[in-house]
Amino acid sequence: MAVFIRTALLVLKKDFAIEMKTGEILYTTLFFAVSCVLIFSFAFVREGQPIEGASAGILWISVLFAGSLALGRTFERERYGETIKALLLAPAPRAAIYVGKLLGIVLLLVAAELLLVPMVAFLFQEPLFERPLLLGALMLLGTIGFASAGTLFAAMLLRSRARTVLLPILLYPITVPVMIAGVLGTRALLEAPPAEAMAGFWTWFLVFYDVVFVTLSLWTFEPLMTE
Amino acid sequence: MIRRRLGAALVSIMWLAVGVLAQAPPTGQTPSAQDGFVPVTELPPTQQLPAAPYLIAAYAFIWIALLAYLFSIWRRLGRVEQDMRSLRERSRKGGAR
Amino acid sequence: MRKLFLPLLVVTAGMFAYAPIAIANAPYESTMLLIQKIFYFHVPSWIALTASITVCGVASAVYLFKGSAAADRYAVAGAELTALFGAFGLVTGMLWARKAWGIWWEWDARLTMALMLELVFIGYLMVRKFAGPGAEKLAAAMGIFGAATAPFIYKSVDWWRTIHPKTSVVRSLGETSPEMYNALLFCTAAFLMLFVLLLAARVMLENERAALDELYLAEED
Repeated sequence: MAVFIRTALLVLKKDFAIEMKTGEILYTTLFFAVSCVLIFSFAFVREGQPIEGASAGILWISVLFAGSLALGRTFERERYGETIKALLLAPAPRAAIYVGKLLGIVLLLVAAELLLVPMVAFLFQEPLFERPLLLGALMLLGTIGFASAGTLFAAMLLRSRARTVLLPILLYPITVPVMIAGVLGTRALLEAPPAEAMAGFWTWFLVFYDVVFVTLSLWTFEPLMTE
Repeated sequence: MIRRRLGAALVSIMWLAVGVLAQAPPTGQTPSAQDGFVPVTELPPTQQLPAAPYLIAAYAFIWIALLAYLFSIWRRLGRVEQDMRSLRERSRKGGAR
Repeated sequence: MRKLFLPLLVVTAGMFAYAPIAIANAPYESTMLLIQKIFYFHVPSWIALTASITVCGVASAVYLFKGSAAADRYAVAGAELTALFGAFGLVTGMLWARKAWGIWWEWDARLTMALMLELVFIGYLMVRKFAGPGAEKLAAAMGIFGAATAPFIYKSVDWWRTIHPKTSVVRSLGETSPEMYNALLFCTAAFLMLFVLLLAARVMLENERAALDELYLAEED
């Protein structure tokens, strides 16, 4: 167990160290997420005002789009440096490598969300900070759910031919429950008195989804990465 | 052999499709039943969207899609069998060199 | 197994021939009247889809963990049938909805997730076609994940307030209307037998392809 955690944290530290040097993926992902929000805002404007209830959807779409881009780029970096082979040859439990990568992606997306949530609150004048803990839990769980399937798919597509286009095609249908839960939960929190029971239900739904899909990913990572 | 069986399947299903096309349709329209279906034996008179075209379209789609799928399996099987035959001939010719 | 194919085919064909009669004899539903008859092909399509998703999910797992080539053949057959029966269910559902609710589509939980399930399995077929070497393993992962979302879809209607009839409809049909229930059971049996037939046919195709590959390999030696 200790080896597992240590390996996962080592992988995380390695990615973090590389990222700190150039900041390439971090800055570009953040900027992409911000542009996403802006583009959708321009598209969904009516008579100078944003459309009712569009803010929750726009927030989650931007997170998901930025996420799939970040996933592609993180693993592309591994492929380019041919380090994936080294990682797999290391005498460490393969699932720990998955967990390390997952944590890296989750941290990246959380950084993006810390920027996006205030931005959406500002642009759409939505009371997103009424229930900050509940919103935080919702976003974190949704991010983990998305990243769990995403990390697995990005890793498994690493050596395949049409990988850049296949990742979104495969990932989005699988993570639709995350999107639905996230958007409906966020929208519940944005109502005039926030519908806490509803948001709570969606949060529990995301917990359930996360447990199922993280388990599935841990289970299938090993056979998928072996030739 | 397999191909012939599938061909027989296609033909027999096509014959049965003829049998399905005999429905006399009156019309009906309305909101939905949420918690349980309630049976009734007569149809009252109606107004808006006629139900018959949709009903027929639904069944027709299933038949057609099914036949299309069977046909696609049949065709792919044909290609595989053709490849196998040509491969066997090639190896026979090559062996007889 | 091969010997059963023809008798099974005959029985299934007979059941499909009788099905329109069974459906016509079933009573009309009080609010939806004629259009509700789509129900007798709509629900069995989804039941057949559940069967094919189970086959695909289990076979994908077996292929991924045991490396069994036969399991891979059942997995691809199951995935194709899932896409097929999913298309049946979605199209019949849309036609029914147009008449019963006045709209072609609604973004409620069950419809959305059913559509996404269809997309997952179309993605499966695309991966097998376009992903190059090692595509079978990737597709197997898709199969497992797709099968994992299926229970969410089935229960979704009970959890969310939605325009789609609840699962209690079919369960209570035994008491409310035995004739409807019998017609439904008959059509379900017909569809499940159709599923077995199509699965057998598709797996036969994959077996032939595998034999062809063996011939190619033998020729190279």
